[in-house]
Amino acid sequence: MKTEDYIIKQISVFSENRPGRLAAIAKAMEEEEINIFAFSIAEAKGFGVVRVLVDRPKDALDKLVNIGFMVSFTDVIAVSMHDVPGGLYEIANILAKSEINIEYSYAYSGKEAAVLILRVDQAEEAVQRLLDNGANLLKSEMFA
Amino acid sequence: MKIWDPRIEEMPAEELKKLQYRHLKTLVYRLYSFSEFYHRRMDEQKVHPDDINSLADITKLPFMYKSDLRDNYPNKIFTAPQDELVRYHVSSGTTGKPTVVGYTQKDLEIWTNSLARSLTAAGLGRGDVMQVSYGYGLFTGGLGLHYGAEKIGATVVPTSVGNTERQIELMQDLSVTAIACTPSYMVHLGETAEKMGISIKNDTDLKTAVLGAEPWSEAMRRRMQEQMGISAYNIYGTSELSGPMFTECSEQNGIHIWGDIAYTEIIDPDTGEQLPSGEKGELVMTILQKEALPMIRFRIGDITSIDESVCPCGRTHPRIERIQGRVDDMLIIRGINVFPSQVEHALLGIPEVSGHFRIVVDRKGALDTMLVQVELNPDSFSDKLSDIMDIRNKVSHLLKNQLNVGVGIELVAPGALPRFEGKAKRVTDRRVM
Repeated sequence: MKTEDYIIKQISVFSENRPGRLAAIAKAMEEEEINIFAFSIAEAKGFGVVRVLVDRPKDALDKLVNIGFMVSFTDVIAVSMHDVPGGLYEIANILAKSEINIEYSYAYSGKEAAVLILRVDQAEEAVQRLLDNGANLLKSEMFA
Repeated sequence: MKIWDPRIEEMPAEELKKLQYRHLKTLVYRLYSFSEFYHRRMDEQKVHPDDINSLADITKLPFMYKSDLRDNYPNKIFTAPQDELVRYHVSSGTTGKPTVVGYTQKDLEIWTNSLARSLTAAGLGRGDVMQVSYGYGLFTGGLGLHYGAEKIGATVVPTSVGNTERQIELMQDLSVTAIACTPSYMVHLGETAEKMGISIKNDTDLKTAVLGAEPWSEAMRRRMQEQMGISAYNIYGTSELSGPMFTECSEQNGIHIWGDIAYTEIIDPDTGEQLPSGEKGELVMTILQKEALPMIRFRIGDITSIDESVCPCGRTHPRIERIQGRVDDMLIIRGINVFPSQVEHALLGIPEVSGHFRIVVDRKGALDTMLVQVELNPDSFSDKLSDIMDIRNKVSHLLKNQLNVGVGIELVAPGALPRFEGKAKRVTDRRVM
């Protein structure tokens, strides 16, 4: 199993801080019949970045660019967590021991398990360590 | 009603015109003979001092522009040797190179006399305590008012700008009766006093404010006068002409421009043709007796009109209406001149953003705020907020350095700002004066 199989293309969208931006992104996804698995909004003074995991990243990127959004792909990994107390600790601790820095993360409750999305400074290294420690990573093909 | 120099200030209009003509003739001869710059300019315009045989002939003379001062930085067009200069003032240099103005002893005397007349016309004199809250230093406002106020025997409190609470304490402790500052600072003083539980109207002796260096409206004057129990007078001048020189009299009906010091024209900014009294146009001034840095037909860029009728106060010198705007797109933000072209210039040096931008000016309380919206370049987009914040801070620092005034930065997506086919409209000024 190659580590890159677990590197997922997240869509990152720059958004001015004004009403209707998220709605415009969501509408674009709806029109293309793209399914959003998870998203988060990071906000700073005057602007925000919307991060989205979808089933067809390439189509989503093209669509958003076409309607004028500034969009890029960002490599993230998705870990299936045990949906019990201590589930997050298990994952975070593996990364901490490996000295891998989490730049940001968000989580969603999937159909079978809770899923933690991570942007880390060394993606492949993180995948390796997580797999070595028995973590359950979601494959990128789920998101393409 | 006191007049500082009745012989000059009430001089019959015809006599004043003769005096102006004599000064003009002398000035033109002197400059043609001794200034390379003016000699060349006049030759280019094919005008010789002998062609100036009446005041109306001034229109034969070439205009002077701010760029002439910049192009000849720092002192190439000075007409007095360095050892005759007693002071320099330097503009903030917001449009690129700063401009330097030099003064001989006589230049300073004329400047001071001009203000002595003006402050007297605003009702001030011996017994008044005047707080000068214009900046002291390279800016002409502080020292200009300082010497003018001393000349009329007022007591000066040279507070300069800032430290507002202390200024209000001093105002009370020293029984200040008059203040000179920008109109927005006056409002700020009023608001700060209120927060301190002090009413300018009831708890201080302040009666007179001499306000200028930025545009303000009649409505703003009325509000200030009512709320603070003061009389507020407009003061006018620019650093190129010396600094602040002219004010309104007690009539508050136009700024008296001392005719023996300055000859005033209003021109059509497009054609350069002189316009008749009462018509709005670009203000052009000739400083008739300047020694160190003579200014002939200097195009100031401010829009106003002129009224040559004798003022009910008895002064015969022409008055200009409060400044209505600018010929160019200059903005005045907290007393600092800002041109959108400077913003553009600064942005073009930053690869992370595009050259598309919009300036939004607001007034929050008494303070002007300037927001620059600028498009992020797609290549520079990172989904890490800290990377984008770094870009924002970089833009903010560079603009502050260029403009000498702090601005807010808002990064927007590429294409988010309007595009223009003709002249770009880059400024939204939402200030209510």
